[in-house]
Amino acid sequence: MSQFGDSISRRAVLRAGGATLLAPALAAPAFAQGQAEAIRIGHLTPRTGFLGPLGEFAQQAAQLAVEEINAAGGINGRKVELLSEDSVNPQTASAKAERMIQRDKVACLVGEINSASALAISQVATREKILFINTGANSDALRGADCKRYMFHVEAQNTMMVRAAGRALLDKGLIKGKKVYALTADYAFGHDLLKQAKKFLAVNDATIAGEDLIPTELTDFSPFLLKIRQARPDVVICNLAGAQITNFLKQYSEFGLPYPVAGFGFDTALAWGAGQGNFLGTWPVIWHHRVEAPSAQTFVAAFKAKYKRPPENQAWGDYTAMKIVAQSMNTLKSTDSTKIVEHLESGAKFDIHKAREGYFRPWDHELMQEMYAITALPADQIKNQYDIFTSTGPLPGPGESLEILATTKDENACTFPA
Amino acid sequence: MTLVFILEQVLNGLLIGVQYLLIALGLSLIFSLGGIVNLAHGAFYAIGAYLTVALAPEIGFGGALIASPLAVGLIGLVIERFLLRRFYRGEPALGLLLTFGLAMVAEQALRMIFGAAPLPFGIPSWLRGQVFIGDLIYSRYRLAILAVALVCVLGLWLLLKKTSFGRVVRAGVQNPDMVAALGISLKPYMTAVVVIATGLAGLAGTMMAPVTGVQPAMGAEILTFAFVVVVIGGLGSFWGVVLAALIVGVVRGLTAYAYPPATEAAVYGLMVLVLLLRPRGLFGEHIARFE
Repeated sequence: MSQFGDSISRRAVLRAGGATLLAPALAAPAFAQGQAEAIRIGHLTPRTGFLGPLGEFAQQAAQLAVEEINAAGGINGRKVELLSEDSVNPQTASAKAERMIQRDKVACLVGEINSASALAISQVATREKILFINTGANSDALRGADCKRYMFHVEAQNTMMVRAAGRALLDKGLIKGKKVYALTADYAFGHDLLKQAKKFLAVNDATIAGEDLIPTELTDFSPFLLKIRQARPDVVICNLAGAQITNFLKQYSEFGLPYPVAGFGFDTALAWGAGQGNFLGTWPVIWHHRVEAPSAQTFVAAFKAKYKRPPENQAWGDYTAMKIVAQSMNTLKSTDSTKIVEHLESGAKFDIHKAREGYFRPWDHELMQEMYAITALPADQIKNQYDIFTSTGPLPGPGESLEILATTKDENACTFPA
Repeated sequence: MTLVFILEQVLNGLLIGVQYLLIALGLSLIFSLGGIVNLAHGAFYAIGAYLTVALAPEIGFGGALIASPLAVGLIGLVIERFLLRRFYRGEPALGLLLTFGLAMVAEQALRMIFGAAPLPFGIPSWLRGQVFIGDLIYSRYRLAILAVALVCVLGLWLLLKKTSFGRVVRAGVQNPDMVAALGISLKPYMTAVVVIATGLAGLAGTMMAPVTGVQPAMGAEILTFAFVVVVIGGLGSFWGVVLAALIVGVVRGLTAYAYPPATEAAVYGLMVLVLLLRPRGLFGEHIARFE
């Protein structure tokens, strides 16, 4: 089998080689222009692999945001230029981040979905004192033990996802005193999510009827569906990731098991990928295209016009991060990362395309924001392939502090290295 | 009590194995006759699935079940005629590079045409539902996959064993020079074999589209397992591949039951074990030109 190992690394080499050849060619026009040099923003996100479907939304949204920023006059009168690349894996992400900062002189970095890659980028960003806004990596550790002065998080941490979904599930009576069967993706994200989920279940008197760690390459869930049927739980909790959730949902519906399904981590593209009739259960999302805030609907309309499909929550993350960066630079009349860090830490508020404005918590750099839990619609209420779920109102509710879902200092302490 | 559950996993494992069968058989055929390790075989599976999603709204799932494998076979024909044909007798690494390149082109083409997000597609209503045998549960759709696969396997076996076409193909596997000396050109046979093999991969893609995520990387995902099946079964052995597919399915099912994190690793462990004990695979034939 060694030839497969070789061919995969060959692929990576080819890609990296192609990228180095292409990058100067793409960058050249900026120097050719006589006017003020453009402000470059580096965008890194996985475009291939099991997170690729989300990365595509991220890249499209970042592109849309930059076009809108430029149409509105750019940043401090200068055009914005987006350098967008496939981050592939932590090693490549780190190398590309370094190249974007040192050779392309980007003002800041935005993106990522994979927590390990986000950590790798944050290490480069901290060393170079360049702002990095994480738009898709969830692990609590990135906001706690691994937190960094120059890293901010538009994406929610796992604990926020667990508590948002948990609230909706408590309301539905699916947690208190119930037997739970948990399927968990067998890598860092899944383990972290399972840890937070177990804390939540224990506090709320749920018991574990069974739990399995699922290898990330697994595509056929039938052995596990048989195990679930044998355990007869009250609810199935699915802490899987990426395209795996689509496979699970399709096969769960194929076997027609009667137990309600829920999960503590989700992206709406996966619901769309499973399709109506297959998508089921209750899930947390950081945003969805049916959020009613006016700026959310403006974003949805612009994205639909450009890409012929509604944006999903990963698109929201990268779009919102780009807008936060542009707004901060315009307010400060500077692109200096250290000044922006101070500005974001000062509690500056931003329109984040939700009902309430958001702000970054100064001590862990997490964006304080509303979240939602979505539930699959019954087949007879579905009108098109995208509007296949209903949503709770914002979580936390209108009268509550935005901080109640996130970890406290005691739960997830963060000290920025001096 | 537990015995029933283990039996249930064994039977389900057989059904999982059937999913790899059609792809592994095609892979084995192309390698045995042409000497090409077709790294693009998974791409034909993915194209089959995408064509099904695109065609089903127009001609129904039943229509797509016929049309999609035929279309994939046609693509196979073109690729054989203009590309593969040049590499049968050449350096094996060149065939690898070619098919590896084709796989990447196909995956990126699917990403560019259909997008990276999985496309929604479900089981047609007439095949939905479950069948209960005693306390055992079966998805009706999986039983339908089983039936189609059985028909294909039997048909392919009859074609190879009982027809003059099959005799030439089998002779070509063992000794292409002798076949040439007898005045038979293997070229049209090779074309036919590639069309059949890619068509079967397309058929597998069609049948898996309702129960697995239809996304660009789906071909690469299944290809590795199809290779493991071929290696375990042994090159050139029809029933070796069939048996290996079923064993791989059962091993996955039982590992999922006993120790889930090793579900994928167990299959590779099995391959290592088989290679140590029987380097040519379970029923691998001695093929002089590959030694």
